[in-house]
Amino acid sequence: MTKKEKFLSGAHFMNGDIACAEGAIAAGCRFFAGYPITPATEIAEHLSQRMPEIGGIYIQMEDEIASMAAIIGASYTGLKAMTATSGPGFSLMQENIGLAVMTEAPCVVVDVMRGGPSTGQPTLPGQQDVMQAKWGSHGDYEIIALSPCSVQEMFDLTVEAFNLAETYRVPTFLMADEVVGHMWEKVIIPPIEKIRLVNRKKPNVPHEEYLPFMPDDDLVPPMACFGEGFSFHATGLTHNERGYPQTQSSEVQERLVKRLCEKIRKNTDNIVRFQEVMLEDAEIVVIAYGIVARAALSAVRKAREEGIKAGLLRPITLWPFAEKKMAAVAKQAERIVVPEMNCGQLVREIERVAKEKPVTFLPKLGEDPHTPMEILEAIRRNS
Amino acid sequence: MVQEAAHPLSKYLRQAMMPHIWCSGCGNGIILNCFVQAIDELEMDLNKLVVVSGIGCIGRAAGYTNTNSFHTTHGRPIAFATGVKLANPDLEVVVISGDGDLFAIGGNHFIHAARRNMGIKVICANNFNYGMTGGQQGPTTPLEAFTPTSPYGNIEHPFNLVHLAAAAGATYVARWTTLHARKLTQSMQKLLQKQGFSFIEIISPCPEIFGRHNKMRTGLEMMEWFKKASVVEHSSDPAKAEITRDKIVVGEFIDIEKPVYEKLLHEKIQAINHKDEE
Repeated sequence: MTKKEKFLSGAHFMNGDIACAEGAIAAGCRFFAGYPITPATEIAEHLSQRMPEIGGIYIQMEDEIASMAAIIGASYTGLKAMTATSGPGFSLMQENIGLAVMTEAPCVVVDVMRGGPSTGQPTLPGQQDVMQAKWGSHGDYEIIALSPCSVQEMFDLTVEAFNLAETYRVPTFLMADEVVGHMWEKVIIPPIEKIRLVNRKKPNVPHEEYLPFMPDDDLVPPMACFGEGFSFHATGLTHNERGYPQTQSSEVQERLVKRLCEKIRKNTDNIVRFQEVMLEDAEIVVIAYGIVARAALSAVRKAREEGIKAGLLRPITLWPFAEKKMAAVAKQAERIVVPEMNCGQLVREIERVAKEKPVTFLPKLGEDPHTPMEILEAIRRNS
Repeated sequence: MVQEAAHPLSKYLRQAMMPHIWCSGCGNGIILNCFVQAIDELEMDLNKLVVVSGIGCIGRAAGYTNTNSFHTTHGRPIAFATGVKLANPDLEVVVISGDGDLFAIGGNHFIHAARRNMGIKVICANNFNYGMTGGQQGPTTPLEAFTPTSPYGNIEHPFNLVHLAAAAGATYVARWTTLHARKLTQSMQKLLQKQGFSFIEIISPCPEIFGRHNKMRTGLEMMEWFKKASVVEHSSDPAKAEITRDKIVVGEFIDIEKPVYEKLLHEKIQAINHKDEE
């Protein structure tokens, strides 16, 4: 890349964290606030260099609480904004993630998952924050969470995360893991003009008629930003369509919180994405995401060589949970195998929709993700 | 029938949010009044003004101000304001919040925004307690004061906020009480015209809650304390400006200029891109 070229394109060899940072730039992100943490630091380092080159803002805040607050502020001032962290920082962000949900601030949070709880194993991978992504902040709400399984997807899904955040005015998470964040692979980046970008809906009413939380039919309100001439108020308190606090009204509470949930739930079919491999006649279905899905794919192929009708369902969207798809796959399968780098998180949702179908859960903690052989053995069992 | 004349400053308030939530004798109304007067006297463009508050009684001030406003989580208005100011440096970003919000739960954000010299303006209503939750002891509660969580008298040393702000690097530091309404308005005008991180502490009466526990049951009694104890000492040493029952040093402690973060950042961005073009 010559200095004059602001955007990468073509084939590159890079690690997942850097692919994520470049994906953010391609998506139109022009504000990054963060705090150093392994294994996500390379995202911040890369953006500290790249953001000024494209006229964007990079700031290192005093902690992850501040980072999350700052990206909400930047989002409300009209910029696409992102932060990146790992488990401990993700925990600190939870309260302000709730604020972003409540004030419908489009933003992207990258969690390069490591081993927990607490400080845990900073340099080793995990998938232990999957439930926290869904339930980590208090109150009822819905968010969107994506799970990349390759360096290419660290780029592609970061772009997608911004598009979803802008479409639904919701914090969107890229739930990566240490292996995907740190491994090096080839990434193909399309020319910038070929990348599909979505920007938040803007109000098309006179300034004085603007109601900042009055939704359209899709349940998403158009968004004005500070300095655009719309004098409006936003608050983390329960608020009416005008944005004014309504702390005593059960009617307003019900209307607001239901809408915040339903704008995602009712659009689940439009949001969820998954990869299906050899599912048509599969009797044993492996459901795996992130780096674990790579080993699972290899295991499924080996099982087929042995004459076992195995298939892979890889959810690319973790939240909202692809309930319909999972249920359909479970119905057709004889048995489901779920390897996860945790003590059982997404498997709980899978068991819920699989009903009476047997689910074999393969937990894995520590240094390495599951090997293909470990998953293959689970496929072979009883088949 | 006599037509009721609108208050000349009512255009600065969101009438639909009235009546406000503040108790009688509370100083928050005076603070908000001084703030909108300062805006009025400076003829500020309301579209370029963003008022941010945290949680607490004064936290409602953002919503009451008829401009761009945001009510954040507890302790986080300065971090939110940092995002706003960097995203659009043309906006005037003012944080109005309380002593507990800004200096207990949010203390880290205050010192770091001051250290960076982020061009945001912080107005703190210091009422010595957590009024909204019923008056618990906080980071500015005086020694030996009684609150629902210091029933035997407070043994924690309070922060001297002007000393803290000055030490952290603020370019403008002042303290007034709500008794000094005219001085406070002038000070707010100055704050709004500063480039760098600027801070005003306002000692504010809380007779219904703090006063009730400390033998000052009315707003008048609290204001009499301010009147008796206040001494104007401009440019005095902030380290010596501790608040005691007998003395409240008020005035402007710091008024300096130094490079502002967002200006330095945008200069860097320009320099990098200019170099690319050569």
